[in-house]
Amino acid sequence: MPADLGSAPVPELSPEDHVRGPDDAPVVIEYADFECPYCAALVARLAGAQLRRVFRHFPVRSSHPRAWPAACAAEAAALQGRFWEMHDMLFADQGRLEDPHLWERARALGLDVERFDRDRRGDAVRARVRRDFESGVRAGVVTTPTVFAGGRTYSGQFDPAALV
Amino acid sequence: MSPGIVGPGTPAPEFTLRREDGTEFTHASLLGKTTVLVFYPFAFSPVCTDQLNLYDEVLGEFESKGATLYGVSCDAAYSQTAFREQLGVRIEQLSDFEPKGETCRAFGVYHPGGFPQRALVIVGPDGIVKWSYEAPSPSELPGANLIFDALTGG
Repeated sequence: MPADLGSAPVPELSPEDHVRGPDDAPVVIEYADFECPYCAALVARLAGAQLRRVFRHFPVRSSHPRAWPAACAAEAAALQGRFWEMHDMLFADQGRLEDPHLWERARALGLDVERFDRDRRGDAVRARVRRDFESGVRAGVVTTPTVFAGGRTYSGQFDPAALV
Repeated sequence: MSPGIVGPGTPAPEFTLRREDGTEFTHASLLGKTTVLVFYPFAFSPVCTDQLNLYDEVLGEFESKGATLYGVSCDAAYSQTAFREQLGVRIEQLSDFEPKGETCRAFGVYHPGGFPQRALVIVGPDGIVKWSYEAPSPSELPGANLIFDALTGG
């Protein structure tokens, strides 16, 4: 059954989401891709900001061939409770996203690497990434990063000062 | 003053575009299937790149709706092929190179600057325009969701 990709509002925060930052801070939902340099720049700019940040996957393989494997690696790390650590490590070095680089990061995080490798290639992880992607398509995301915050959509550029 | 983009319910105009293999793509090529014409300003310009990359990512869903997508610009077919290959997308390109912009004019999407507006036209299997959309500015990308809405509705 192919997914319905017709328009729908961006989904609210759900328990499935990857969230970090104080509960009472403004919510910033980022649709991003680990191979996208503009996403890495945004992540660097938002580091340490008082925001409740939500990460959602928006990998587009034709522009970024390693975006999907990287997204799946982050989800596989999430299954061992280390999503954000993997998120940060992927964005910190976008020149190294091949399989051995992913294993290296898994080892550095102390993950069960065999399980990590099985999980990242598994259907559940792919479906999880695709779910984020589809919610983005339905909400009209066309480029990365796209940020939803304070009732507005910021396509390509986002300055957290806009929220305060 | 251009008459504006072709609207739903009107027959698609007669036109001739050039496929990447040099053969013609005409009004007759539209019949019997649903076609989505993705008019974009220029090959290799950054915004178009995002748009075709995104549509390519959901090509399977378009196919499951029985729709075939084509990219249309005034670039020469060789440039379009190079562009498509550089992007790594599968969406076939159609060239409105000579006489330049004639098809774009026929569909009412020719920008006075000499390139197609960023526009989408869905033509049904009967050759009638089912839906059309012109972006408010060439730098604004229409989301894939808009095309799915149009394919599902009506």
